[in-house]
Amino acid sequence: MAASSERSPPPFPDLEEPELLEDSDEGADAFTGTSISEMDSPSPDTSRPPKDIFNEPPEDIFSDPLSNINSEPQKKVDAKISSPSSDEAVDLFSEPLDDDSEVMSSPEVQNPMPDLLSEPKSGVLGEPPVQKNAARQQDVFEEPPKGSSKSSSVKKAASAEMLGDDDEEEDLFKEPPKVVTRKPQPSGPPVDVFTEVKSDVKVKPQVKDDPTDLFSEEALTAPAPKPSANSSSSSRTNGVHSEEQDLFSEATVELSLDSPRNDRKKDAVKPSVSAPAAPEASSSSKAPSKTLEELEEEESEDKFDLNISVTNPEKVGDGMNAYMAYKVSTQTSLTMFRSKTFTVRRRFSDFLGLFEKLSEKHSQNGYIIPPPPEKSILGMTKVKVGKEDPSSAEFVERRRAALERYLQRVVCHPSLLQDPDVREFLEKEELPRAVSTQALSGAGFLKMLNKATDAVSKMTIKMNEQDVWFDEKIQDVENEEQHLRKLHVMVESLVNHRKELSGNTAVFAKSVAMLGSSEDNTALSRALSQLAEVEDRIEQLHQEQASNDFFTFSELLADYIRLLGAVRGCFDQRMKAWQRWQDAENMLQKKRETEAKLLWANKPDKLQQAKDEIAEWEAKVTQYERDFERISATVRKEVIRFDKEKARDFKRQIIKYLESVLHSQQQMIKYWEAFLPEAKAIA
Amino acid sequence: MTSISEDSDKEKVRSVSVDLNNDASLVIDIPDALCERDKVKFTIHIKTTLSSFQKSEFSVPRQHEDFIWLHDTIVETEEYAGLIIPPAPPKPDFEGPREKMHKLGEGESSMTKEEYAKMKQELEAEYLAVFKKTVQVHEVFLQRLSSHPMFRKDRNFQIFLEYDQDLTVRRKNAKEMFGGFFKNMVKSADEVLISGVKEVDEFFEQEKIFLLDYSSKIKDATAKAEKMTRSHKNVADDYNHISGAMNSIAADNNTAFKKTISVCVLQKLEDRVASDQELKLTELLRYYTRDIQAAKDLLYRRARALADYENSNKTLDKARLKGKDIAQAEENQKQCLRKFDKLSESGKKELTSFKARRVVAFRKNLIEMTELEIKHAKNSMSLLQGSIEILNSN
Repeated sequence: MAASSERSPPPFPDLEEPELLEDSDEGADAFTGTSISEMDSPSPDTSRPPKDIFNEPPEDIFSDPLSNINSEPQKKVDAKISSPSSDEAVDLFSEPLDDDSEVMSSPEVQNPMPDLLSEPKSGVLGEPPVQKNAARQQDVFEEPPKGSSKSSSVKKAASAEMLGDDDEEEDLFKEPPKVVTRKPQPSGPPVDVFTEVKSDVKVKPQVKDDPTDLFSEEALTAPAPKPSANSSSSSRTNGVHSEEQDLFSEATVELSLDSPRNDRKKDAVKPSVSAPAAPEASSSSKAPSKTLEELEEEESEDKFDLNISVTNPEKVGDGMNAYMAYKVSTQTSLTMFRSKTFTVRRRFSDFLGLFEKLSEKHSQNGYIIPPPPEKSILGMTKVKVGKEDPSSAEFVERRRAALERYLQRVVCHPSLLQDPDVREFLEKEELPRAVSTQALSGAGFLKMLNKATDAVSKMTIKMNEQDVWFDEKIQDVENEEQHLRKLHVMVESLVNHRKELSGNTAVFAKSVAMLGSSEDNTALSRALSQLAEVEDRIEQLHQEQASNDFFTFSELLADYIRLLGAVRGCFDQRMKAWQRWQDAENMLQKKRETEAKLLWANKPDKLQQAKDEIAEWEAKVTQYERDFERISATVRKEVIRFDKEKARDFKRQIIKYLESVLHSQQQMIKYWEAFLPEAKAIA
Repeated sequence: MTSISEDSDKEKVRSVSVDLNNDASLVIDIPDALCERDKVKFTIHIKTTLSSFQKSEFSVPRQHEDFIWLHDTIVETEEYAGLIIPPAPPKPDFEGPREKMHKLGEGESSMTKEEYAKMKQELEAEYLAVFKKTVQVHEVFLQRLSSHPMFRKDRNFQIFLEYDQDLTVRRKNAKEMFGGFFKNMVKSADEVLISGVKEVDEFFEQEKIFLLDYSSKIKDATAKAEKMTRSHKNVADDYNHISGAMNSIAADNNTAFKKTISVCVLQKLEDRVASDQELKLTELLRYYTRDIQAAKDLLYRRARALADYENSNKTLDKARLKGKDIAQAEENQKQCLRKFDKLSESGKKELTSFKARRVVAFRKNLIEMTELEIKHAKNSMSLLQGSIEILNSN
């Protein structure tokens, strides 16, 4: 459940934080304490993106804590705070949470979110709804809202009671502050950062009102705002994330100060605290996208954490059954992997298989799945049959480099990295033989995709793009692809011409050498043979440059042509989702008409059935609409991410390329400068 | 059509494949040329202190055909047999660039304005280069004639320079053309025949071997150099196209790629490298291919004379044997000997000076070429560094 663990992280802090804060006031301190202290242990890792913390701990921390810790304090809390206010608080929460839990339980939950989130949720959020009925745990949670939204004095009292009552809890309570303050430190800038973040946060979710306000309101005014939070949560996801951190800071502040004066502050704070939790949960379905953005922010770090190289292409077997195996070495500090460095051997079809699996799983979510290099029957046959032939060596090297880039792109993608298949691919010693990749070479797949594109676009020609952004982007992508294709052709011809040039230079060098040997003036003869040497070196230079042209420039273009294909595929997925939604809409319309007819015809027996159907289709429409919105959001994010990456990639590669050209020019100068005195020496 | 006035600085840049002993008494240059359809009219400017010319400074219009006529008459003149006759300038060939220009015009609609402008510019540059080269070879031909102590006094040469109207030399008609072709055949057959004649002078023997060898080598090298420059040009063209494509991407996509445009500038430099290389090295080699041909012709003529001499010796022997026509045969033999000696003598001188000239020319051109290569490489280096900096900075 790598994926889920990855996604859940963000939620966690919230989920805990609220508790933290609330607990601190209430008697539930014990819970806070424990949860934090437990957090504490993973926290060293926390220096890296939060998610890691949660990768493993979650299960332990939560599954246990919730049951253990919660259950314990709860009793106390329950006992103590059965005040009427708690009920209100409960109401406040329970409703919104109901919403959330609905969302959660809706199909979307099916994306990786699951365990961790659902667990915590059930523990933290999912319960509140149930709470009224009597779940013990809830009380712990409900209290806080009450405390925050209701009267701080009550809280105070409660907490005082708690503290006074229970020594253990007190201890726990005391612990947290330390722990908490300590925790941020390993992660670098401690409280300051968070406070900064906080200010950021306020700016980010502009979409809404000020989060604090929003939520303080919500918390006070109860259910109403929640849905809105729900709907907007996706746009705020980012903010939410930082808010979580915010929570931390608040928590620390509160805990460390822990003075009555804080109460007001708490009031202000708590809403913000509880708020994230709610939208968090509500947006759980959208968590992937959120994590995505988070990761985007942290991407640069990620990248350095994971270094993949494909090396040592090796021919395995003989004849037509031969294949090339590549060594895939991974170097990482990510805790999601079992060790820091590991190496596996993979064959080309394994790479294709990985792609297939990934695209099966993720493409309908609107992810851009980096395409692997194309299968080349001709090239491979050559390798299979041929002995040591420069062209097949080049082919293998080219493919090796392409595979390396492919894998790097895959792991650069925050969500794909979390895919168990990717992990398996990188880690597992033996991989089940990928089948049916034969027909599924990159080209074949793209062709299929293209076909699908055509069909879909024909089908949805009526899709009038309401979203200008997408409209423009689609156009852009198409144009760009065309331009890149053109450019690629030109660069290819540059490569060929340069190779030709290098060949001709070599021939010329030879013939100059001959000329030099038959020249009877010694100085001139010397100069000519020197010239021949210079030309020889220049030939080498041209050759190197040609391969540089090819590997840094041409391959870059080829990659991006493929990637743009994938981007287009992603747009198609969105279009498909739209189509589905529209179809459902139409169907609903039809059902309604039938209902109207039935009503008119006065056939009550069938009416019920029709109503059911309408309800069913209404649900479907909403779901599809949500699907579409989700995929649109994902695609948009993906494309933005892709664009960023592309710009970075191009910049890097082009600099690299220019540097290679620069280098060869420098060499050229060196050669010619060495030759100049020779020429001058001719007498 | 196209006309160029070469300013003095261009003059300096131009490659002069032969080192001429600059003699102020007769200075010839071609300041201007005019291309009309397939004819090229050169304006020849002459400045002289020689009394044989009526004026000290004057200009005459000449066509390429006039140059050929001059060359032919010189070749046919018996007294110059012992000299290396400067090779005639090759026929101007503007077909290549012109054709391309035509094609460009046709394809105008299919490319962007920028691309078209760039292509056009490029073609014009190429055309200009060809044009300049043509003018230059003609000029060099005249300069070599004028710098040679014998040729400068040639009657035809003076007429060529002085006659202030169009020479309108009669073109070779078909029969003559055929005759020329036939003569060539005979000559090469003869060459084979007399190659069996034993060389009496070691210097010539060596020279002959060397020249034969050298000419084949240099021909080879020329061909290869041409190929090389051609592919270099292709590369430059590719750069041009790439820069065009990059530009259009950048125009389309104002975000990421704008910065990459800098690559395009590379193309121009590469182009310059190619054309300079062509001008310096290839021209040099090409010129010497012709020059060596001329030297070989000299050797041929000498060998011919030698063969004649030997033949006359034989005739003399025969005559002596038969006892009749001895006087005539003796006379003939003497004449042949004299001719041969004279040829040998002047040939020796010519060949030595040819060698010296060649070395000097190679030196000059190699130095120039090297310097140009360095210059271009440095230029492109600074350009590259600049663009890398720009890229890094944003």
